[in-house]
Amino acid sequence: MAKGVKPRVKVPKTAAAGDTITIKTLISHKMESGQRKDDDGNVIPRSIINRFTCDFNGENVIDVVLEPAISTNPYLEFEAVVPEAGEFVFTWYDDDGSVYDTSKKIAIE
Amino acid sequence: MELTRRNAILMGAGAVLIAGVPLKVAAAAGADEIAAFTGGAEIGAGDIKLIAPEIAENGNTVPIEVSSDTAVEILVLALGNPTPPVATFKFGKLSASRAASTRIRLAGTQEVVAIAKLADGSFVQDTSTVKVTIGGCGG
Repeated sequence: MAKGVKPRVKVPKTAAAGDTITIKTLISHKMESGQRKDDDGNVIPRSIINRFTCDFNGENVIDVVLEPAISTNPYLEFEAVVPEAGEFVFTWYDDDGSVYDTSKKIAIE
Repeated sequence: MELTRRNAILMGAGAVLIAGVPLKVAAAAGADEIAAFTGGAEIGAGDIKLIAPEIAENGNTVPIEVSSDTAVEILVLALGNPTPPVATFKFGKLSASRAASTRIRLAGTQEVVAIAKLADGSFVQDTSTVKVTIGGCGG
C-alpha cells in the first residue's frame, strides 16, 4: 500500500429528491507515472490509481479509468442525481492492488 | 549582458520560437488508442466540449473539463505525452450531467483531444491546444 493515501470527498449533507448535486473528490496519492528517473538514472516504476468509481445505493454514477497522465493527488469533479436518501460509495483502485474507499450519507430535505 | 529594451525584445522572440517548436511533433500519436475506442468508426464534430486553458504555467497540473449532452463515454488523450491516454469517463445511470473535470499532466505544448461516444453509437471529438511553459513528466 502506498503511504499516506487519504481520500477526501465533498458531498452536500442534504438535497431535495431528484436534485442534481456536485461531488468533488480528491485522494492524496503520488501517481508515479513510470516516466521519471531517480538520481542514479533508474526508472522509477509506475504506481498510480488506475480506476475510480462512484456508486449511490448500488447504482453507478461514474466510472473513470485513470492513466499516468493524471496529476498527483487525483481530483475529480462530477454531478449526480439524488433520487432518494442513501449513501454514496467512492472507490479508488491502486496499481499495487490496494483499494481505498470512503462513503458519504445524504439525507432528503 | 545589459538588459536593454532591445535585448529584452530579442529574448522574447527567442522564447516564442523555442516554445513553438514542439508543436506538430506527434500528429499520429494516439491513433491506436483512438482506433481501439471507436472501433474504426468515423469521428465527427458536435456534442462534445473540452475546456482546457490556452496557456498552462505548469504542465504537472492542468485543469481540464469535458462535457456533452448525450455521451455515454468520453476518452481524453494528450497527443504529445509519452503515453497519450489520459482518462476514460464512463457515465452511469445516476450521473446528472455528462460532464467531469480533473487535473492532468502535459509533457509540453500539445493538443488535447476528447472523444465522446454518444448514446446513438456515433463518435464526436473536440480538440484544444495547450501551451505548456514547464513540462510535467519530470524529464
